[in-house]
Amino acid sequence: MNSDSKNRPQDFRVADLNKGFFGGVFAKFYGNNLLVLITFAMLVLIYSAASFIFRDQNFGSLNSIFSMLHSWPHLVVIAAGMTMVLISGGIDISVGGQCAMYCMMFAYFMQEDGWNVNSYVMIAVVLATGLVFGFAQGVLVAYFKIQPFIVTLAGMFFARGLTAIISEKTIGIKNEDFLGLAAVKFTLPFGGYTDGGGVYQAPYIYLYAILALLGVVVLYIVMTWTGFGRSVYAVGGSEQSAMLMGLNPKRIVLQVFVIQGLMTAFGSFLFCLSLPGGAVEKAVAFEMNAIAAAVIGGALLTGGVGNILGSLAGTLIQLTILKIITSVGTLSSGWGPISTAAMMAFFIAMQSVLTSGRRKRK
Amino acid sequence: MPSALSRVVKSRLFFALVCLGLVLALDVVVFAITNQQNFFKIELSPANTLTGPLMQILYWAPELVILAMGMTLVASCSAGADISVGSVMVLSGAVGIKILGGNNIENFKVEEYAVPLVLAFGAFIAVGALCGVWNGFLVAKLKVQPMVATLILFIGARAAAKVVTGGTILRVEPKSFRWLGNYITDSEGNNIFPVPTQVFVAIVVVAATALVLRFTALGTNIQSVGINAKASKIMGIRSDRTIWLAFVFCGVCAGIAGIIMTSKISSIDSQWGARMIELDAILAVALGGNSLAGGKFSLAGSVVGAITIQALKTGLLTAGVRAEQMPFYQAIVVVIIVIIQSPELRPMASRTLARMRKFSGKKVVKS
Repeated sequence: MNSDSKNRPQDFRVADLNKGFFGGVFAKFYGNNLLVLITFAMLVLIYSAASFIFRDQNFGSLNSIFSMLHSWPHLVVIAAGMTMVLISGGIDISVGGQCAMYCMMFAYFMQEDGWNVNSYVMIAVVLATGLVFGFAQGVLVAYFKIQPFIVTLAGMFFARGLTAIISEKTIGIKNEDFLGLAAVKFTLPFGGYTDGGGVYQAPYIYLYAILALLGVVVLYIVMTWTGFGRSVYAVGGSEQSAMLMGLNPKRIVLQVFVIQGLMTAFGSFLFCLSLPGGAVEKAVAFEMNAIAAAVIGGALLTGGVGNILGSLAGTLIQLTILKIITSVGTLSSGWGPISTAAMMAFFIAMQSVLTSGRRKRK
Repeated sequence: MPSALSRVVKSRLFFALVCLGLVLALDVVVFAITNQQNFFKIELSPANTLTGPLMQILYWAPELVILAMGMTLVASCSAGADISVGSVMVLSGAVGIKILGGNNIENFKVEEYAVPLVLAFGAFIAVGALCGVWNGFLVAKLKVQPMVATLILFIGARAAAKVVTGGTILRVEPKSFRWLGNYITDSEGNNIFPVPTQVFVAIVVVAATALVLRFTALGTNIQSVGINAKASKIMGIRSDRTIWLAFVFCGVCAGIAGIIMTSKISSIDSQWGARMIELDAILAVALGGNSLAGGKFSLAGSVVGAITIQALKTGLLTAGVRAEQMPFYQAIVVVIIVIIQSPELRPMASRTLARMRKFSGKKVVKS
């Protein structure tokens, strides 16, 4: 996978703009982040267009922005993890299957007439399972040199099959501790709107949405300001150079997959808080959303380039489009995945054009 | 003759046949315990069909065999896999039946053909080919990793099928639609021939593929591109066109498999049809002794691999494993195979062995 190191895009630095203090600031921001900037611009554009078209549905209010986070908090977290995996030069398509598996674990083992496990114990168990799952995939990718796609494809089927083995029923969660945790919300004193009846609707945000954003911020800090984060960029950029620099690429790839497993379990936990229950068909096609969010957010599939915060913008763009589809109201649910797929195709094509232009200039 | 023996043991087909043998042995045990049935018994039923566990495998395997043909070529030349085949099957089925029904679709049923059956089957294959063109464009021209490129249709094509069918199951009523995926019947509904038609479709596809690859340079080109795309390009092979062609062929195979799938149940279900068949197809290629990292391939191996998978699934289903739980076991088999194929395994094993010998105080023997 990393054999083609000559064709690897290096970075998006423009030499002429790179001089002086402001040039330095510009380069720092512009450097690897051109695609991220495009994404943020697109997000603002799409969102303002949508709020204009659907004026009557209060698109512009904070309530509406929070409700997007409330619907898919897991995408926020898992897309950030996915970005990290893409930066390291790998990919993880097992996230949807894992998500279904963890939700089923929560639902099945917390049943009152079944195991009736304490909810906090269960959270720890699920996070530990995520670590183990990530570790297993990481060992296969890093130490056995199997393509990450094959490993995680197997992981996806493994997790979905295991979900069905745990239970094929659709189980709701009735554990009071867990539901209590899900219901914690904070009301903001500003940014609301007045609805048709003249009642002021204050915006509120659930604890799990805040946790999701917190997860992204923590991962961003780790990836930007720690040695580990820089090594991940180095390994993704060129495994050989990283090795010559004295890094241990195998161990770093393993660590990346372990962290990704943890992020997936954490995201699934938040998903379970927002939609308490487990089912075999939960989070179908979710891996696509996560990869699309990372790709839209500026992570290159060839590795070495990407920004964790970009994945947040990618996530929000997707959620905005899903919201538009539900706002129109007459469209089939099939259009959600289609729009995601189309957007991913567009961004992949754009990446390819951008990087091949760079290739020719060199 | 140790050299001849080692050559046989090292050949791709040997690995595939050993796997098939293991799975058949498992099946014999499973059938003997659960059904008290002789696994190899084949008899002519009153309905003029051959029945028995082996025929059951033959009845279900053809789709997988056809998909494995396309997947083998894709894996060989692009060092990846086309994970969109299942979704493309469903999409081709949805579009094909929609065209077949035309304006005659009432209550989600096609009572009469609006266009000739051949034309509709042509539409199946055309949709598959178009999807292949798209995948091939992304991989060959835009240099996207094959699996990411096909991930787009993996999700998108199934969703598109959902939009085409309106989220419902479309049924086809006329009996002649069932011929390609079942037994051929006469006007009174009696079976004319005791072997299911799809077996012959699969044989035709495999034979055509093998002949084309054998008697043109294509087969060699594909392997050459898979082993080293750059060197092949310098040698004068158009690498990107070869890869593109392989993806289009894979799409066509998915279209043909789509015909058999819809014909078998004479309906299209965009939600559950051909679900998770991608892994089966990839598994068939790997079980056939072909490397998933590209390079040399063996079509015969893939055919044996596909039949092995179907035999394994039949055995597991008979043993009481439910269809939704199947992916779990398949994933385990995949992981075991890729670990066996991994180039890292041998040095790792010898290192561990050496360490163990050292630990036990014996002299380390250099091999």
